[in-house]
Amino acid sequence: MKAYLTRRYMFSASHRLHSDEMSEEENCATYGKCNNPYGHGHNYTVEVTVSGPVDDQTGMVCNLVDLDGFVHRQILEPYDHQNLNLLSEFAQQVPTTEKLCIAIYDIVKRGFRKAHLEKIRIEETMMNSFEYAGGEHGR
Amino acid sequence: MVYLTRKAEFSASHYYHNPAFTPEENARIFGKCNNPNGHGHNYTLEVTVKGPVDPKSGFVVDLKQLKDIMSREVLDALDHRFLNKEVPEFFTRIPTTENLAIAIWQRLAPKLSAAQLHRVRVYETPDLFVDFYGEA
Repeated sequence: MKAYLTRRYMFSASHRLHSDEMSEEENCATYGKCNNPYGHGHNYTVEVTVSGPVDDQTGMVCNLVDLDGFVHRQILEPYDHQNLNLLSEFAQQVPTTEKLCIAIYDIVKRGFRKAHLEKIRIEETMMNSFEYAGGEHGR
Repeated sequence: MVYLTRKAEFSASHYYHNPAFTPEENARIFGKCNNPNGHGHNYTLEVTVKGPVDPKSGFVVDLKQLKDIMSREVLDALDHRFLNKEVPEFFTRIPTTENLAIAIWQRLAPKLSAAQLHRVRVYETPDLFVDFYGEA
């Protein structure tokens, strides 16, 4: 039987929303306070949802130790307490939470083989969240 | 079609062990959860049903009926129990959150008549939950 397992993780990071393709005025109008040149930070919550048949022998969709290990190595260690703008993923794109969702989705999709990735959901604050489940994203 | 979700909480103990595995395999695969003395969680259950809104009552389902069914079929059987030893589904199946969601679905689905069961979500902790939609 197919079940969906969701695990929540947290990391803290800083970022600045600024596009070199826009003028100062356009950046300010588009990104507002998030365009502050000194940057600002968030406590991000990342929800990783994977799916698959529940294994008869273990009762699991996938072993949480495997999922936790992967996410810690591939996402939390490189992202936690970092400036997202300085990471290679965001050298050419603005580190909005939409883009962060897509970047994390791509990392899990490419590297985690123990279950099927359904979606990534990120809470930037308690008041807003973003989801990405694959498909076209216009890059 | 409107979806309605009702939450409930229960607390239970469990441990993970497959008699077909060697002690080493059980320890490696299940880790701390393999402790035969058990450990416990405060589970949160979300039951989502779906259906048309009844034009007379304005309800998808009578919440009191749904609450009574959840209490009778799920909470009375699971709350403050040692799942492996007291709940028949787990005499042979490992009481993981995945299997708990499936067992709760199987308990509820035949008892719901007014609305259709859409999803069973079981939180083992605030950072871990499983969804089951009745898929084979």
